[in-house]
Amino acid sequence: MQLPEGLIAVVKQDCPTCLLVDPILREIEQRGLALTVFVQDEPSFTSASKVVDDRTLEASYRLGIETVPTLLRIRNGDEQARIVGWERGEWQSFTGLADLGSELPAYRPGCGSKSVEPGTAERLALRYGGVTFSARRLNVPALEDSIEYCFERGWSDGLPLVPPTEERVYRMLQGTTRLPSEILGEMPPRLAACTVEKVAVNAVMAGCKPEYFALVLAAIEAALDPAFCLHGLLATTWFSGPMVIVNGPVRGAIGMNWQGNVLGQGNRANATVGRALQLAVRNIGGGRPQEADQAAFGHPGKFTFCFAEDESTPWTTVAEDRGVPRTRSAATVFSADGVLGCVDQKSRTPDGLIYALAGSLRAVNHVDMVNAADVVIVVGPEHGRVFDQAGWSKADTVAALHAATRIPGRDLGMTASDGPLAANADAPALAHKFRDGGLTLVRAGGAAGMFSAIIPGWLMKGPLGTEPVTREINP
Amino acid sequence: MTEILLDPTGEFAPVERQPLPKPPDLIGLTVGLLDISKARGNVFLDRIAALLEGEGIRVRRYCKPTFARPAPLNLLQEIAGECDVVVEGLAD
Repeated sequence: MQLPEGLIAVVKQDCPTCLLVDPILREIEQRGLALTVFVQDEPSFTSASKVVDDRTLEASYRLGIETVPTLLRIRNGDEQARIVGWERGEWQSFTGLADLGSELPAYRPGCGSKSVEPGTAERLALRYGGVTFSARRLNVPALEDSIEYCFERGWSDGLPLVPPTEERVYRMLQGTTRLPSEILGEMPPRLAACTVEKVAVNAVMAGCKPEYFALVLAAIEAALDPAFCLHGLLATTWFSGPMVIVNGPVRGAIGMNWQGNVLGQGNRANATVGRALQLAVRNIGGGRPQEADQAAFGHPGKFTFCFAEDESTPWTTVAEDRGVPRTRSAATVFSADGVLGCVDQKSRTPDGLIYALAGSLRAVNHVDMVNAADVVIVVGPEHGRVFDQAGWSKADTVAALHAATRIPGRDLGMTASDGPLAANADAPALAHKFRDGGLTLVRAGGAAGMFSAIIPGWLMKGPLGTEPVTREINP
Repeated sequence: MTEILLDPTGEFAPVERQPLPKPPDLIGLTVGLLDISKARGNVFLDRIAALLEGEGIRVRRYCKPTFARPAPLNLLQEIAGECDVVVEGLAD
């Protein structure tokens, strides 16, 4: 952009300070200085004679104007200096006119530039900032509803999507410092390159805000870790899908829920972050039900399954147990089926509660089954309090649950087909229901209700199936 | 003004939407014949019906009230619920 030599003032009519200094602009001109006035809204408002209509805001964008009025000095086409707002002494020394504006108040702050208004900044960046995308650009026909268009193309999980316009995707990408072209991994089942940009498109559709995006990226990176085995998880006939548990400062920063109805509807961050992960699987990887996704039933959490942990308890958090300190934010992915409620309104001692929880846990997969799927147990505040008051750590509680969920060998039925356990004569006196590390405890839920939530995962757990994976959230 | 959307997919499929795959044969399928109410469309569809039925294929007949408008929703739902394949006369 060719800049006029001398002084440039950028103003708008909708700014009392600009109106205040308008006679001064005229005076600067009359006293022989070269001045060009760029107007962001109504060019006729100024009394200056050399006026540039900047209603497109191109000049304001390219000059990086944040405040009006801004006064710039241009020499040989380059900016030498700038001042903003009205500060009499500053304007006098900037122009070299010692008595300039002596009748005006000494100081008035400026107003926000129209070029940095919410929504406008993104539009300008797209128009003038050289922003390009790698994803194909698709034209929605003039008479077609763009939300219906998204359904028609098969992008939806069944619920409406936010149409991924360039502006929205650009805004989403502002939620990370990572390059749009960065590849997070190969998204199964079709092993497509999962770029930051493609994730942004899906996060827009899921309804995420840009400030959720770093969390979405962490969750997807975790899910793409080979240890999580996303390919098998999405393809299995079993119920499971990916579930995200969030720890650290990001929970509060983006307003996540770890209290009442924590596993239910109603919180935008919880709902849309989990949905973004599932939409990325569907769209980037092509993992669709009745195609690569062979789930016999699935469960409602396959729309979205993401929640935050209550970190106000004495227990260590899920992320801490997995090596990320509380001061950092992290996403941990698990395989997850639906939720099994466990009620115990009587126990006031840990032993009683362990008995109740273990009874429910033994039903996971099948009452006679040992070496069952890994389980996440969401311990509600009223159950957690019982452990806390007795001084039980999370490790104490996990150890007690393992001991209490052992199953007498003589009870093992046909489901225990793994070698000697099936032959009752050789069966051990007690067999472990869950593998070591197969029980994950997390604290969350509403204040009232002596309940906990049992969330079993995919039957194929461990090195031959899925392991939980944690990723720190990086901006 | 048309709206531009960015493709959220792995871009394995062409931009243009693809028709559903055609069945390899019609054995065991139900074929719907949709008369759009254009003059003499029935003559063509009668012949198609005779040929299909001659090969032992189930045929069901449907008729739009007028060719000038899209098929009513209940007719579309009826066809979708009863047929595997549809032959539609689009011109006269």
